[in-house]
Amino acid sequence: MKLDTNTINKIAKLARISLSEEEANDLLKDMNSILDWVEQLNEVDTDSVEPLANISSSTLPQRKDEAKDINSSNEILKNSPDKLEGYFAVPKVVE
Amino acid sequence: MEFKSINQLKSLIDQNKISLKEIAQTYIKKIKEKKDLNIFIYFDEDKINNQVKEIEKLPNNKKLKGIPIAVKDLFCTKNMPTTAASKILENFNPTYESFVTQKLINEGSLFVGKTNLDEFAMGSATNTSYFGNTINPLSNKDTPLAPGGSSGGSAAAVAADLCLGSTGTDTGGSIRQPASFCGVVGIKPTYGLCSRWGIAAFASSLDQAGIFSKNVTDASILLEEIAGHDERDSTSSNVSIPNYSKQLNSDLNGKTIGIPKEYTVDGISEEINTVWNNAIKSLEKKGAKIKHISLPHTKYALPTYYIIAPAEASSNLARYDGVKYGFRADEAKSLDEMYEMTRSEGFGKEVKRRILIGTYVLSAGYYDAYYLKAQKVRKLIANDFIETFKECDLILTPTAPSAAFPLNEKQDDPIKMYLNDVFTVPASLAGIPGISIPYGKDKSGLPLGIQLLGKHFDEQEIFNAAFALEKDYE
Repeated sequence: MKLDTNTINKIAKLARISLSEEEANDLLKDMNSILDWVEQLNEVDTDSVEPLANISSSTLPQRKDEAKDINSSNEILKNSPDKLEGYFAVPKVVE
Repeated sequence: MEFKSINQLKSLIDQNKISLKEIAQTYIKKIKEKKDLNIFIYFDEDKINNQVKEIEKLPNNKKLKGIPIAVKDLFCTKNMPTTAASKILENFNPTYESFVTQKLINEGSLFVGKTNLDEFAMGSATNTSYFGNTINPLSNKDTPLAPGGSSGGSAAAVAADLCLGSTGTDTGGSIRQPASFCGVVGIKPTYGLCSRWGIAAFASSLDQAGIFSKNVTDASILLEEIAGHDERDSTSSNVSIPNYSKQLNSDLNGKTIGIPKEYTVDGISEEINTVWNNAIKSLEKKGAKIKHISLPHTKYALPTYYIIAPAEASSNLARYDGVKYGFRADEAKSLDEMYEMTRSEGFGKEVKRRILIGTYVLSAGYYDAYYLKAQKVRKLIANDFIETFKECDLILTPTAPSAAFPLNEKQDDPIKMYLNDVFTVPASLAGIPGISIPYGKDKSGLPLGIQLLGKHFDEQEIFNAAFALEKDYE
């Protein structure tokens, strides 16, 4: 067992997902079996292996760092669950 | 009315034997008749009819003028909502068009709708969708079968003849496995061949757009349209795109096909191995040289994938916070509570599981043990392929370890579900292209696919061999 309920709740907090007790227990079981299963990677000797950072075999082209004004703020705001005077609105942060 | 290929329908259009309106009506009728299969998340007759008016204005030399295409609901489309099959993106209307769908629109394709998928493409049976299961069109009435996943809706749409081609995305097998389950052609090109711009991200170092179609020629026609460089995706490759369809060539003389011994897995049905052997014999008969090879790190591909993909997903899905778009839990009193409740209610079980695994393997103290280790093993897996392709042109394997299974069969054990991708994940980790084509059937008449893998950017070679094998079943 790698994870206990405390760790699950800590990870859930980091991921900003609230879990019911039942959900936490379910996930605990699944995640422990998944983490046990991936343990087999420890059989592989990787001491002299560089981690793979980019899988692409072609040279990745660069572009000029130029701002492009597409001015779609109104359209973008249409998708927001709550907005106010051209801004995204969220529950009060500071009293 | 059934159209067999893009070229057939295109020539009917060119000779004025069929109007775009008639094509639209034909497919609208078919889609309505197959409504029970739950293939589409979004389908709107008016939207189709409006497109017809626009497409009619285009010149006839547009390569896909009037060709009915279904779009996986992971591609952002300006004209239709995009959900990624998640409650958290319910009612999301993208303000921009994905690169791939824009290319298809530019050539005059007719989008018939947005297809169902596993939520955020996380799954192998199209059963984690917020909008319910898709049913494999090849099921008989008593036992509904899964279409595979995650692009199950797109594969099913082609199999049920509700379009002539569809878009999919493949992160660990999400095009090839459903293609095998539904008896259609599915190609995942080289990582970087098609821009990821406008595709809801799952695991960015693995995600790649591709195509489902009824035959290899159609797949080659569609892929040459959606491929190409895009400066808005920094991993999009600037390579020249061959005219795959014009260069299709079934002559395999002088080609070497590798058969990896690690793809003979315990517990796999004899039927799968029989189909594999039949394909080997056929390639040999057509002039190819068969070479038995070894890809020694194959068995570590799945555990590697199930560290890397959730890690990237946990980062990519952080953007769904209830602020900018989609669903927001409304009872929250504080900002933190709003984030937590929104994500808790908005994501399904499998997505939460992967976000949490990803968060864990990236968290302080565990990064080296899991994520870095997986990136190193990934390098070894990629090197296996690079070494092998020094002596082979292509590799031939089965696509999936089984034919389509009954809906909901494997739901309770995540690892059992993950094993569906055992033959497709290694190529994804290596970023190489792969195609699945139907090649034979099992005892109950369900299609079985075989997979051809090639070198980076060598889609032409894959198409050629698939084109040659396809003739065995014409």
